[in-house]
Amino acid sequence: MIALVDYGAGNLTSVRKAFSHLGASVYTPASPADLAPATAVVVPGVGHFSATRSLTPEWHTAIRAGLAAGRPLLGICVGMQWLYEGSTEAPDCPGLGVVPGQCTRLTGGPTRLKVPHVGWNTLEAPKDSHLLRGLGGHSSVYFTHSFAGPVNAATAAVTEYGGERFAAAVEDGLAMGLQFHPEKSSDAGLTILGNFLERVAALAAVSR
Amino acid sequence: MLAKRIIACLDVRDGQVVKGVKFEGLRSAGDPSALARRYNVEGIDELVILDVTATLEKRLAMARTVRAVASELFIPLSVGGGIRDADDAAAVVEAGADKVSLNSAALADPGLITRLATQYGSQAVIVAIDAKREGDHYAVYSRSGTTAAARDAVEWAREAESRGAGEILLTSIDRDGTKSGFDCEMTAAVSTAVNIPVIASGGAGSFDDFVDVFTTGRADAALAASIFHYSEKSVTGLKEHLRRHAIPVRL
Repeated sequence: MIALVDYGAGNLTSVRKAFSHLGASVYTPASPADLAPATAVVVPGVGHFSATRSLTPEWHTAIRAGLAAGRPLLGICVGMQWLYEGSTEAPDCPGLGVVPGQCTRLTGGPTRLKVPHVGWNTLEAPKDSHLLRGLGGHSSVYFTHSFAGPVNAATAAVTEYGGERFAAAVEDGLAMGLQFHPEKSSDAGLTILGNFLERVAALAAVSR
Repeated sequence: MLAKRIIACLDVRDGQVVKGVKFEGLRSAGDPSALARRYNVEGIDELVILDVTATLEKRLAMARTVRAVASELFIPLSVGGGIRDADDAAAVVEAGADKVSLNSAALADPGLITRLATQYGSQAVIVAIDAKREGDHYAVYSRSGTTAAARDAVEWAREAESRGAGEILLTSIDRDGTKSGFDCEMTAAVSTAVNIPVIASGGAGSFDDFVDVFTTGRADAALAASIFHYSEKSVTGLKEHLRRHAIPVRL
């Protein structure tokens, strides 16, 4: 069972629908203690980074403990930014810190492209990760965001906007994140979520 | 590279897709779910459902239609038409809309833009502007193009952005349904005035009209209805044409 964490950052209907379409059962934990039966944790989110303040230290502890015990974690959009140490959008609001670095506002580059970055953009040379397996060299996925995380060792795919390169996907062990919206990214997005579910199922089978 | 988006609009009345010319004379174009499936297969980037008569008839956009269209669709879906308040917006969001499009309600109560942006995020709030040329400026109309709003389109787009809108859907009333091309001048005037994406709408008749609106019109996305509904032109064909003209698209 996938725990879909609802901390009030936007609407979860589309994410829930995509997981259900792929045959996964999803529930919404009311408290960190409710994570116990989860085979994986998904932290979605849209809007302002400050919304992640609702993910209290107790949530941090429970989610980190789950990772340590072999339970995969997937952050989507603001949920991926939350995997970093924090974001300049809400400097007083700590991220989970499983990926190093701070998220910062996109600049639009020297040609001053519009920020937010909205629409379909390509994943450049995606690393051969669990999450991105089976995607072509230049898969397009749907983004809508103004902040993004830096490219580093955890980066699984890079996207370019206005000459600026940011992490479109991260994967470090069981901690995974997607800056774009897989639930809105048509076949490419469903492939990625399917890869995630496959990995979750394989780990759950091993732990039984 | 960020692709220019091609958006299909389903103008829906009584659960059926209809399309008029200059907002009048609606004729039926079929079942919204069937059309949505076809567009998805053809590679449409996004869908908009507009309840074209909702504002006039004081009805809420049909949650059932939205749910049916959204059920097997994994691309962004926007819904507009008759969204008067936060409850109306909640109903379509719960039915599966990723974005709500506000038009008359935003003009009547601009604070609604901010309230919805706070609740769902700016990415979920589109302000739709219907405008026509009047002398040297672009006049905004509400209530399906029937009522002058005494506002300038460029000014209103700027205000909508500052109030939290995530995108502008700009429709030329003069060009709507005429297939005589987008109003590129108006689109460029609005698109260069704001830092949020502008979706151009109204007048698509040929593939070259899209080339024009993405170049001289400075549009971030282009929306069309009749050009696609009657299978006159395919989404794939359009995108191949755009790519040949060096316009980035998702293929």
